[in-house]
Amino acid sequence: MDKIVCACGNVNPAGTALCESCGRPLNEETKEKKIVDMRYEGSARRSQTYNKTIIDKVWNFFSSVKVGMWIIVSILVAAAIGTILPQVFYVPATNESDIAAYYERIYGWFGTLYYELGLSDLYSSWWFQGLVGMLGISLVIASLDRVIPLYKSLKKQKTKRHISFLKRQRVYGIGKAEVTEDSLLKAEEKLKSLKYNVKREGNAILAERGRFSRWGPYVNHLGLIIFLFGVMLRALPGFYVDETMWLREGETLYVPGTNGYFLESKGFIYETYSKEESNEVFGDAIDRVGTIAKNYQTDVALYKGPENSVAGHAEDLTFEKNASIQVNKPIKFDNFSVFQMDFRLDELAKMKFQLQDKQTQQSFGEFTIDLANPQPLYELNEGYKVEVLDYYADFTGFEEGVPQSQSPLPNNPAFLIKMYSPEFPKGETSFVMIKETVEPLGENKHKIAFQSVETRDVSGLTVRKDLTLPLLALGGLIFMIGVAQGSYWNHRRIWIQLLEDGQTVVAAHTNKNWLSVKRDLDEVSKIAHLPEYLDQDDLDSLDEKVDKEEGV
Amino acid sequence: MDMASLSSNLLFIAFVAYLVATFLFGGAVKSSNAQSTKSFDRWGKLAITVTIIGFIANLGYFITRWVAAGHAPVSNLFEFTTAFGMMIVGAFILIYYIYKAPALGLFALPIAVLIIAYASMFPKEISPLIPALKSYWLTIHVITAAMGEAILAISAVAGLIYLLKNIDLTKKTKERFWIEAVMYVLFIVVGFVVSTVSFSVANYSAEYTYISKDETQHTIEYTMPALFGMNESVAITDNAFEPLVEMPPLVNAKKLTSVVWSILFGTVIYLLLRLILRKRISSILQPLTKKSNSQLMDEIGYRAVLIGFPVFTLGALIFAMIWAHEAWSRFWGWDPKEVWALITWLFYAVFLHLRLTKGWHGKKSAWLAVIGFIIIMFNLIAVNLIIAGLHSYA
Repeated sequence: MDKIVCACGNVNPAGTALCESCGRPLNEETKEKKIVDMRYEGSARRSQTYNKTIIDKVWNFFSSVKVGMWIIVSILVAAAIGTILPQVFYVPATNESDIAAYYERIYGWFGTLYYELGLSDLYSSWWFQGLVGMLGISLVIASLDRVIPLYKSLKKQKTKRHISFLKRQRVYGIGKAEVTEDSLLKAEEKLKSLKYNVKREGNAILAERGRFSRWGPYVNHLGLIIFLFGVMLRALPGFYVDETMWLREGETLYVPGTNGYFLESKGFIYETYSKEESNEVFGDAIDRVGTIAKNYQTDVALYKGPENSVAGHAEDLTFEKNASIQVNKPIKFDNFSVFQMDFRLDELAKMKFQLQDKQTQQSFGEFTIDLANPQPLYELNEGYKVEVLDYYADFTGFEEGVPQSQSPLPNNPAFLIKMYSPEFPKGETSFVMIKETVEPLGENKHKIAFQSVETRDVSGLTVRKDLTLPLLALGGLIFMIGVAQGSYWNHRRIWIQLLEDGQTVVAAHTNKNWLSVKRDLDEVSKIAHLPEYLDQDDLDSLDEKVDKEEGV
Repeated sequence: MDMASLSSNLLFIAFVAYLVATFLFGGAVKSSNAQSTKSFDRWGKLAITVTIIGFIANLGYFITRWVAAGHAPVSNLFEFTTAFGMMIVGAFILIYYIYKAPALGLFALPIAVLIIAYASMFPKEISPLIPALKSYWLTIHVITAAMGEAILAISAVAGLIYLLKNIDLTKKTKERFWIEAVMYVLFIVVGFVVSTVSFSVANYSAEYTYISKDETQHTIEYTMPALFGMNESVAITDNAFEPLVEMPPLVNAKKLTSVVWSILFGTVIYLLLRLILRKRISSILQPLTKKSNSQLMDEIGYRAVLIGFPVFTLGALIFAMIWAHEAWSRFWGWDPKEVWALITWLFYAVFLHLRLTKGWHGKKSAWLAVIGFIIIMFNLIAVNLIIAGLHSYA
């Protein structure tokens, strides 16, 4: 396409609407407008100029604000739909069929529909992520399409603008005011004291301030692009770790996702507010609510194993540090953080039993089963021993005579045990449950008598590493700078020109906050006796003015 | 007088001052035209002075409660909503000093009054912090987010004035219907306050047992006659109101009951007013907006979004993410409250783009501002009460 040569001699790129230099409208459409569109200074944007190749078409699609807005609105609506029912990660089930059953059981047919449509895991669906990706592309293209021509145009603008440009400004006035060289100087001075950059060219003044606010939108878009890029990086291996672990008191466990760190739980603390110890003003709240949690805390010791040490091999550990993990206070080491997320109180840890004679209740020795690690054989008094044939940590009953355990957690331990004694060297078989014993192979002489139990608390911890955080923080920071730059400052321009026919023209433009630029102009007018101006967009004031002139 | 009761007295003073100032702004609006600038000055000055006195008392409430509790009073629904109401007044004072528009006070203050009244219907006692809230980020995140939302709310107030002034209420149009619908919704909030206060003055209370969705039995206390019963509910209290309809375990019938009572009370009050005044509520309010400059209202609506949007971003998204990373181990978890903060943010981003590049000024922009406020209120009320998530502290 051809370049456009303006009457003033400036050569403008194809597609320019307002001459970069003098501001003359360059096409019919612009000439017909009463107020000129100043958004991008009438500069030639690629998307408005070329539409031939496939690249042009893609570029034009993503550079459109309309398309961008539809993408945002789609994301907005989808995000809202995702909050109607809880998402899968808030549902207490892990495998697909349990999740499906959960939605059906709790929410009925609607839950099933929600689950079947994939709305229960909406935010990780391909189409939702696709929308976010499209938004990212739109941010890049729409910004580039605008910022480059805008920059060129603002750089090239001349102090003296053509009258056809000035009269199409929203704030515009012309008249035979008594404006002399002296009053132009006064105007210059006043504008300078109002913190404008003032340029003078013959009888023309251009006063400009806050141009940098025009870059605000592009700076904040850059911040968003960096942020979205950071989020994408998470998918790369090594950048992101998200693991959970259940750590029992006294236990030392490998920290999943780390290379060779181990945590030992020295104890879990659960505290609630008591009326006696708390601030008096909390009394009513404690009375009404009952129990208010005060603290969840796991006291831990952190160890480092040798390089490449694996889970289950807690050997050759070197002590690193002690710490108390509380909610809001994770332990941090080597880019990892471990958070207090969950807990279970009083899980069974050890059970103490006696081998007794059923009739006389005479004891032949005691033994303690560590439920996390039951021994196969417990030697008791001379000639007496107990063999643990099988262990069911979370016993739920018999299915076709076979004992069932629904989980490895010792919620309801049961044991298949053989009791050896001098009378029965081949052993008697007993199935020992809490508060109950079954003798599957006939009447026994001896029994296992439950003595006592030891419990311990379990801490639910989350292990996290996120190397993308600095990038996200940078993106956020740049966004905030850009959004503040664009919102709290504005780009104001005031043009004053003495025309050859003796008339004076004033015009003003701002990208926002018209009241302020008008106030500035009023102050200058007072000193320099400029002609009165009109806000050609302020219909109420225009009406008033007409009313006055008609003498109403 | 101890700190806690001093605090609630200050809140009451602020509440009354805002009510009085509303009427004073009414006087300022009526007399504000070229002929009677002096009388406008008098009314206007008086009105803003009373507003500021109220605001100082309100700040006093906030500070004394902070001192009494030992933490920023933004830790439950009552405290947060009250702070939000206070900040709306603060944002109004800020904007008033930029633009000097009395009509803004006439509409912003009753909304703040309504929000504080709404807040007072929730448990008001000072509560100690649960572990999740024990962080200085509570103060930083919540106060900044509320400030952002309050400034954005002023945009809706300006939008409302713009719409009341510019919608032709003599013709049957969609706009006329929807602006009246907005008025009706405000009456439902009034209905909530009036019904709650009425039943609490009448000292109504009834206990029921019910079976929850995990099939265990619980008891629940209703403070309003139970229109809806919980799943398999059985009255414990003698002569308790027999629920009209029993709900499945998924639905919290107690909350549903209070919503329906609010609608009933609100509707009755609304209809009574319409019958007595024989006019639409919007028609009654319209004359109060006649002297406002549309251009100015449009600009205030836009400016408020410009000022509020960065504050909201900082408080409700950035500080929120930093805290979420410290407390919940991830900066973003698609918790409903987070999602609705994102929705609010996206919505105002759309508002700004449509205004800047698609030329959505005037009525379109005003409607968007009103919708934005509805989204903010939805996040405050519905997400806390209906959609359960990590943020439902009340």
